[in-house]
Amino acid sequence: MAGEIQDGTQTVEEFLAAHNSKDLLRFLTCGSVDDGKSTLIGRLLHDSKLVYEDTLAALKRDSERHGTTGPGEIDYALLVDGLKAEREQGITIDVAYRYFSTPQRKFIIADTPGHEQYTRNMATGASTCDLAVVLIDARYGVITQTKRHSFIASLLGIKHIVVAVNKMDLVDYDESVYNKIREDYLDFSARLGFGDLHFLPISALKGDNVVDRSKSMDWYQGPPLLAHLETVQIGGDRNLVDFRFPVQYVNRPNLNFRGFAGTIASGVVRPGDEIMVLPSKKRSKIKAIVTAEGELQQAFAPQAVTLTLEDEIDASRGDMLVHVNNLPHVAHRLEAMLVWMDEQPLVPGQQYQIKLGTQLVNGVISKVRYQTDINTLRQKGNEPLNLNEIGRVEINASRPLSFDAYEQNRATGSFVLIDRLTNATLAAGMIIDRVSGTEESDSASTNEALSRRESLVNRAQRSEKLGHQARTIWFTGLPKSGKARIALALEKALFDLGIQAKSIIGNDLRSDLCHDLGFTGDDRTENIRRAASACRLLNDSGLVTLAALNAPTEADRAIAENIIGSNDFLEIHVKSTLKQCKSNDDSGIYRRAINGEINNLPGINGPYDPPADSVFSVEPATDSLEQITTAILTQLADRKIIS
Amino acid sequence: MDSYRLSHLQQLEAESIHIIREVVAEFANPVMLYSIGKDSSVMLKLAEKAFAPGPLPFSLLHVDTTWKFKEMVKFRDYICAERGHKLIVHSNQEGIDQGINPFDHGSQNYTTIMKTHGLLQAMEKHGFDAAFGGARRDEEKSRAKERIYSFRDTNGGWDPKNQRPELWNLYNGRHNKGESIRVFPISNWTELDVWLYIHLEKIPIVPLYFAAKRPVVRRGNDLIMVDDDRMRLEPDEVPEQMEVRFRTLGCYPLTGAVESTASSVEEIVEETMLATTSERASRVIDHDGDASMEDKKKEGYF
Repeated sequence: MAGEIQDGTQTVEEFLAAHNSKDLLRFLTCGSVDDGKSTLIGRLLHDSKLVYEDTLAALKRDSERHGTTGPGEIDYALLVDGLKAEREQGITIDVAYRYFSTPQRKFIIADTPGHEQYTRNMATGASTCDLAVVLIDARYGVITQTKRHSFIASLLGIKHIVVAVNKMDLVDYDESVYNKIREDYLDFSARLGFGDLHFLPISALKGDNVVDRSKSMDWYQGPPLLAHLETVQIGGDRNLVDFRFPVQYVNRPNLNFRGFAGTIASGVVRPGDEIMVLPSKKRSKIKAIVTAEGELQQAFAPQAVTLTLEDEIDASRGDMLVHVNNLPHVAHRLEAMLVWMDEQPLVPGQQYQIKLGTQLVNGVISKVRYQTDINTLRQKGNEPLNLNEIGRVEINASRPLSFDAYEQNRATGSFVLIDRLTNATLAAGMIIDRVSGTEESDSASTNEALSRRESLVNRAQRSEKLGHQARTIWFTGLPKSGKARIALALEKALFDLGIQAKSIIGNDLRSDLCHDLGFTGDDRTENIRRAASACRLLNDSGLVTLAALNAPTEADRAIAENIIGSNDFLEIHVKSTLKQCKSNDDSGIYRRAINGEINNLPGINGPYDPPADSVFSVEPATDSLEQITTAILTQLADRKIIS
Repeated sequence: MDSYRLSHLQQLEAESIHIIREVVAEFANPVMLYSIGKDSSVMLKLAEKAFAPGPLPFSLLHVDTTWKFKEMVKFRDYICAERGHKLIVHSNQEGIDQGINPFDHGSQNYTTIMKTHGLLQAMEKHGFDAAFGGARRDEEKSRAKERIYSFRDTNGGWDPKNQRPELWNLYNGRHNKGESIRVFPISNWTELDVWLYIHLEKIPIVPLYFAAKRPVVRRGNDLIMVDDDRMRLEPDEVPEQMEVRFRTLGCYPLTGAVESTASSVEEIVEETMLATTSERASRVIDHDGDASMEDKKKEGYF
């Protein structure tokens, strides 16, 4: 690799030591051919001096023949558009993989096409990546395809996004153009849940802020693209908590050795660990972790090892070894987001093969719940999927599968569907965590059902005594939209009318009932579960409950509704724009989220799904607090909750 | 978390071992193409690791064009004997009978008949349904787009526009009778990675990779070694002794040497890092045209 030794002082030993210890970043570039994606990659390779002389000579020759950059100029895109048809048509059809390394990192680039008809290729490229570079043409800003690419990246679980606003040279390196695009992107991407969003202005053609800092954009103080890629932290993304070991191959070279070979999908394992084989639920202990270099005292994802067990228990390819106290789902049924990848459309009820880790079983898609319009990110009908379409489906497998939600575990939450006749790979699936209690639960981790004792006083008796119904009014809205303020005013108004009401404020719960919880996926769900359980207890004792807390996604609110019960759950949408919320922000959380100091703030760097239009809404920006409480009281009276 | 860190080589190793095990678990009759070069040597090492403490659960196949360097053949037989690997050597007998050689028939025809056809004959003769190859995606532009599991039709052909999507580490190896899959476990390795790994793991390689005085003739930009007396010399050509080594190995009349004094793996790593030309520059067959590799693969070449 030309250019890797920057000066002559480093010895080979030092070089080897540095290169042996550097890590690996796999990233994806998305954007259409017009956004200058291939040019950007060509520029990255060229400016980091990773292009060989003979390649460069061929490039100059090809630029004359097929180049689109004008006479005498090198067309860097030709460096990376590999297939003949692509070079002739000037578009990138397939996923191409590029490699380069610097003393800090080795990089694998998945270079994927941008057109809508290549959605599957982009999904393919994204499946193995930790980061995506989303290119935006500074002249056009955030357009439909920007949204599509960002959606697919989010769907495939990419947490790190770099938004590169390209072709800044064509807008006179104007900062306000860049800022406008940045704002627009932040607005639309709020619901996609990227943990780490980074923006930078570049010109791939001219080389501004790609490898070298731009001389034309003093107003941008951040690092150029390559420096960012070299330093961005991705190590924390790996799941080292849940030990999952899909048995890949039983290694039995002689009568004295029987080992289970496989790649650790997640978690850590040590000799002596108590394990369970799924789906058989047989138990044993890890005897040894065998490798060609000898036995290890611990192994972790994604190491490829061979495990031996203390007991002669039966396990074979497709089984999963897990710790006895940390189990995945084991079920015939699952729900998943599916990207359809074949010309022949999805046929509900048809038998497909499901390959999930090392498990291979037959199954059917029993139902398409909805399709997602990849351009607007909205749900649309539930027609069977065609090529490049994405939707949520229910799958019924012929045998139980061991799996986790994709969000928790990429390796045990992903699968492909294979056609049994043509052998084509039809679709890629990402498993969704099932909303608890909405279907028959055959999860291995479910506790035995506990029998409840019936109260001798029922709800009807209580409401007769109190003179009103008990309901939970659930306020949904962005952080700082005014939910708590409205809940407290309503509580007072109800009290004045002689109605027993109690508010449940998210922030307060965080300091008592939920003080042990953080703000990441599982903890957030647990926070909602506890809050909803509290609402239900209050409802059961006859009170109207006013819940004001962040349950930003539809799934969050479905959990709450499920616990409280649909009949008792009344959602009210507190509609404030992001701008209004920011101006209400006395605690500085928006500023801190925008600066990247806190993650997962709904609307900024965490997902937020506004409720459907049919949900009753109030708008604090236009109506006074009194008008709002009056409107809600009228609603409650209309619904015969109060009289 | 630092104790749970893997270097890029450890990650590449784990990925390759996963792929090799996956093939052995899912295919009825896999074989490993062993071309004796550095990439094959790394792939072989990874396979040994994948099945330790057991032996390799498949044979090695060498498609011998009969024009390989003598040292390669010697090294092949030594390694297989020492490690106890089962080796199948196949040559295209029809090609030999017709006297096909790289001088009279051109590099393109010669390669098609002796390498591509030879390989397809061996696959058919032994009924192999999967064949491992040591190709890397950084070698050449069309290889950059090839899947890890490369589906081949009954003629061994590759259809670049109709490849199966390949997501995560879920490989689809399903095929009908007569069809096969070529598998490239070291797809994501670069030339530098291969050398770093050879150094780290002390993997033996053919001595031709190390610089030594060797008899060569200069043809255009290529230095061709005179490995035996079948080499056709032009009337005015006289082989001279030069200090050279090879960055890739193939058939000697088609493989250019580079002038070098690198006589250890460390020195090769140093030279590789400072290299200003890509390794396939020394492969005469790649100069056949801009898309020549893609065309060869469509016909069944590795």
